[in-house]
Amino acid sequence: MSTAVKTQKQTMVQAITDGMRTMMREHDDVIVLGEDVGRNGGVFRATDGLIDEFSDKRIIDTPLAESGIIGTSIGLAMNGFRPIAEMQFLGFIYPAFNQIMTHASRIRSRTLGHFTVPLVIRAPYGAGVRAPEIHSDSVEALFTHMPGIKVVVPSNAYDAKGLLIASIEDPDPVIFLEPMRCYRSHKLEIPEEKYIVEIGKGARLQEGEDITLIAWGAMIDVVKKAAKEIEESEGITCDVLDLRTLFPLDRDLIAESVQKTGRAVIVHEAPGTGGVGNDIVSLINDTSFLHMRSPIKRVTGHDTPVPMFAIEDDYLPNSDRVKQAIIDTVRF
Amino acid sequence: MDTQFPIKQILNEDGIVVNSEYESEMTESLTKELYTKMLRARLFDKKSVNLQRQGRIGTYVPFEGQEAAQIGSALVLKEGDWMFPTYRDHAATLTYGHSLRNLFLYWKGYPMGCVPPEGKKIFPPAVPIASQLLHATGTAWAEKMKGTDHGSIAYFGDGATSEGDFHEGLNFASVFDVPVVFFNQNNGFAISVPVEKQMKSKTIAQKAVAYDIPGIRLDGNDVFAVYFETREAMKNARNGNGPTLIEAVTYRYGAHTTADDPSKYRDQEESKRRREQTDPLVRIERYMEHKGFWEDSWKAKVENEITVEIEKAVEEMEAFGAAPSTDMFTHVFETPTWTIQEQLDEFEARAKEEV
Repeated sequence: MSTAVKTQKQTMVQAITDGMRTMMREHDDVIVLGEDVGRNGGVFRATDGLIDEFSDKRIIDTPLAESGIIGTSIGLAMNGFRPIAEMQFLGFIYPAFNQIMTHASRIRSRTLGHFTVPLVIRAPYGAGVRAPEIHSDSVEALFTHMPGIKVVVPSNAYDAKGLLIASIEDPDPVIFLEPMRCYRSHKLEIPEEKYIVEIGKGARLQEGEDITLIAWGAMIDVVKKAAKEIEESEGITCDVLDLRTLFPLDRDLIAESVQKTGRAVIVHEAPGTGGVGNDIVSLINDTSFLHMRSPIKRVTGHDTPVPMFAIEDDYLPNSDRVKQAIIDTVRF
Repeated sequence: MDTQFPIKQILNEDGIVVNSEYESEMTESLTKELYTKMLRARLFDKKSVNLQRQGRIGTYVPFEGQEAAQIGSALVLKEGDWMFPTYRDHAATLTYGHSLRNLFLYWKGYPMGCVPPEGKKIFPPAVPIASQLLHATGTAWAEKMKGTDHGSIAYFGDGATSEGDFHEGLNFASVFDVPVVFFNQNNGFAISVPVEKQMKSKTIAQKAVAYDIPGIRLDGNDVFAVYFETREAMKNARNGNGPTLIEAVTYRYGAHTTADDPSKYRDQEESKRRREQTDPLVRIERYMEHKGFWEDSWKAKVENEITVEIEKAVEEMEAFGAAPSTDMFTHVFETPTWTIQEQLDEFEARAKEEV
């Protein structure tokens, strides 16, 4: 086939590097800032090799200061660059919270569009990789609650490259959350060329009739496993949705699916209280209340700090908890 | 450290030149320009306080007493430079070309008040403390990467030096040799807390030592010292010599904002004394008298012109009409998300029903 797209088998972290490389080759204004992103290639090797191609002028090792990285990136973004700022872990983003909350996300609004901040903040997140304390937080809801920033979470290598390119091309700030558990969990054929996965659009990973399972990031594998096992053991078939963007949510996809199945289980590893799952429940309430045949269940992390890793598996939702929620919902 | 960082002065309180380094440039025309701009800022400030008292604008943040620090530094900027003011720096933003009308609108709570004239790189007033030092560093860093000779100036107070972003701003700027001037106005108080409780350091300028950048301490009420020293700092920045920290020692006569009462935490007799003895405008008037530049009729003419200009801006503010409520929806993202679009549609539908 003469139109065949050239592809390469890549892990998710390689696809992320590829996304940055693709955009940096195309646009001189795309630069990378972060701790250890240069010669070391980042603690997860997400920027591996980029310094050789683009030099330390565009792959910039910064001082160890999250607020400084985001604050200067805001200035760079307002003045003609498109910075990709790497947070070493999402759990370390808190010193930069003020810069994101009071500046990055509202400069366009404050100035009625006079100044804008085309900034991408990349951050590895989530539990389950036996990381030290604080490294495993999953605080996407802090950012979905924040007006003026989009929240993107790929769960696989293909989406990661396409969503990252879409995020870099977005004229507004995007926080790009990278589930650490997925970095090297799989390999996919990734097109070498540039492509986009649209922000705000989820994906249906499998078709089913009885219930809709909604998740993102590292919980996708958990949900897929539960869906497979429940079909084998109980004959229950699941529509599985990977939201991919947490703000703005893909309302049409969720509504269409739950209106078909009449049931939903939402799975996320962040604490349930104040979590994105609650917004999804509201969305279903607003769009599909009369279609629902049973109350929506949420399977989430506990309302506790992510514990130290010896006990983190008991913090995280697993396929058994998801299966139980499916059964409770279907047999309600 | 206070001996290592003595307060630089060009003109003393009596308007006498005590450092003749720049005397040849202290012409009648520059002097009159500086004086006119200071008078304009002071009259704007007084007008704003009055408007607040009359309920025609909201809470206002006065800067009276700090005119020399703001105007001497702002006059140094050239087209293409970036300015990051705080909420107390309207004398600086006015000098760099912000519109009087929009400054009034800002304090009337109008979103338009944050918008600088087209092409003017004036950031909205920094409200969280010290965060703007990083934006100034970032924008200036961008200028350096683009190879221009533009730079940034960041304004901040003595309280801001306690914030982490103060350190991060100076550190990033020094590590990357960024063309930025960190212009501190040490007015002695962060709301009610005196500078002695803010830091153990005797000076703010000495903090530059930690970043291996120049630190300059100057009399912030001496507009010539401010102007020439800031010009040197900005020249250094433009020439690729990196950032400078300037501490302009000054005093705010009035309250932190129109919502507070300074007599609760300090002796306002000190303000009175300073008005009489160290006031930045009085000092220039004395200098002009010594030099024979001063004429009462000139002052009256200038004051009259400024008053007319300010009154016109007040009229423009009041003729602006209602602030469009839709402004809150339309600029959050370049293209509104469905959530915001629906909220806007619902808002407009409600507004229609109410008509």
